Amino acid sequence: MTSLFEVVTTETPVDTPVRRITVTVNGKKQTLDVEPRLLLAHLIRQGLELTGTHIGCDTTHCGACTVLIDGSPVKSCTMFAVQADGHEVTTVEGLTSASGLDPIQEGFRDEHGLQCGFCTPGMMLTAKALLDENPDPTEDEVRWALSGNLCRCTGYQNIVKSVLVAAALLRAKDNVEEDEAP
Amino acid sequence: MYPSRFSYEAPETIEAAVELLGGARGEAKVLAGGQSLVPMMKLRFASPEILIDINNIPGLAYHGADPDGTYRIGALCRHVDLEKDGELGTLQPTMAAAAPLIADPIVRMRGTVVGSLCHADPQGDWASVMGALGGSVVVQGPNGRRSIPCVDFVDGPFQNVLEPDELAIEAFVPAPVGTRAGGYLKLERRVGDFATVGVAVSVEFSGTQVARAGIGLTGVGASTICAGAAAEMLVGEELNGDNIARAAGHAAEMSQPRSDHRGSEAYKRHIVATFVTRILSSLQRTTQEVA
Repeated sequence: MTSLFEVVTTETPVDTPVRRITVTVNGKKQTLDVEPRLLLAHLIRQGLELTGTHIGCDTTHCGACTVLIDGSPVKSCTMFAVQADGHEVTTVEGLTSASGLDPIQEGFRDEHGLQCGFCTPGMMLTAKALLDENPDPTEDEVRWALSGNLCRCTGYQNIVKSVLVAAALLRAKDNVEEDEAP
Repeated sequence: MYPSRFSYEAPETIEAAVELLGGARGEAKVLAGGQSLVPMMKLRFASPEILIDINNIPGLAYHGADPDGTYRIGALCRHVDLEKDGELGTLQPTMAAAAPLIADPIVRMRGTVVGSLCHADPQGDWASVMGALGGSVVVQGPNGRRSIPCVDFVDGPFQNVLEPDELAIEAFVPAPVGTRAGGYLKLERRVGDFATVGVAVSVEFSGTQVARAGIGLTGVGASTICAGAAAEMLVGEELNGDNIARAAGHAAEMSQPRSDHRGSEAYKRHIVATFVTRILSSLQRTTQEVA
């Protein structure tokens, strides 16, 4: 009987070039050997097992795989892992701190900013980059900033609301911290 | 999707990048923003043997005007750098109108202007903007630098005239001969889509008279169309309803659209004429208000 698959018993020697890179992922500095063609999204999901980053379209359209590189949103399916050498990567796992959910995550929870949740990590990281730069955005500015992230469930209404609520939460938090400062 | 195997180089000088390009004998691709190249590699439309990442070369991320008015954009200037530049609207109104319409906000974070020109996508926005502005691309090879006018830079869909051992390091627009005005309009089915039709118009006014003008058309031909003849009809005149309609009609005639899922040929021609009219009419109103 012909088998549909074979167990490979001998490794075929392949001359795979590997490069050593140092990346800081969610605050943790790591040195890794990667094949140049490895996409950043695959390094994050399979190499580092941070499966919060989702791969949606795989063609630079949907933004589900968005991560932050040095604070700027990047579609991680459209960047090679070697390009992250020497840079800081933040994934959705990096949003949550020891003190609990990030205000952006709270905003999405409170305003029902997700249904299936597939686009959510990308949405939240793009929102984080927006709020880091502009703590008090208008609804238009939020819609504009999120226009590279596609959602098939919500019709965007609650996502936009979530980001606006997150912005208010962040501003309130900053005010409290300022008041508490000596 | 996984690209084919390649070896990766990240040179730190322009000279080292040019040397690597020379050694690769046409089997290398240059990686700047990668927002078109990486998807093409994943789809295996492009399978370079060597990928030369120029992001580690310092001093290429600039954009701005020289004292003489020449406007220069370095090879690592991202779309977002132009989009967020508050002065661009005064210095380069056509570029300022186009910058927020390139792809989507996340792609604009990484994608570069010069990379987009080199990619030579018939639906790329920058080629028509730079064509309308009379811009050029500066390239460096083993024997030094040369500049190539944008109208000659592209010789077909996804094809530019760079030699295999040349690296595009800058795009520039010559100093205006008068007051620079202009605009860019793009019809797209949704945010981030390629243009169904894009129209770039640049006009330099001497008083209320047109001293120099250019029109570039995106997505309505096998490559970007520089409708110079349509724009030149305006030179020496004050903008009025008649000459605007003539220029718009001529630009529509010069376009070579094809019917596809984005619209019929007649529809696209109509959009070209409409956009040229809209931009020129708004410039006409502005010059009248100033005068």
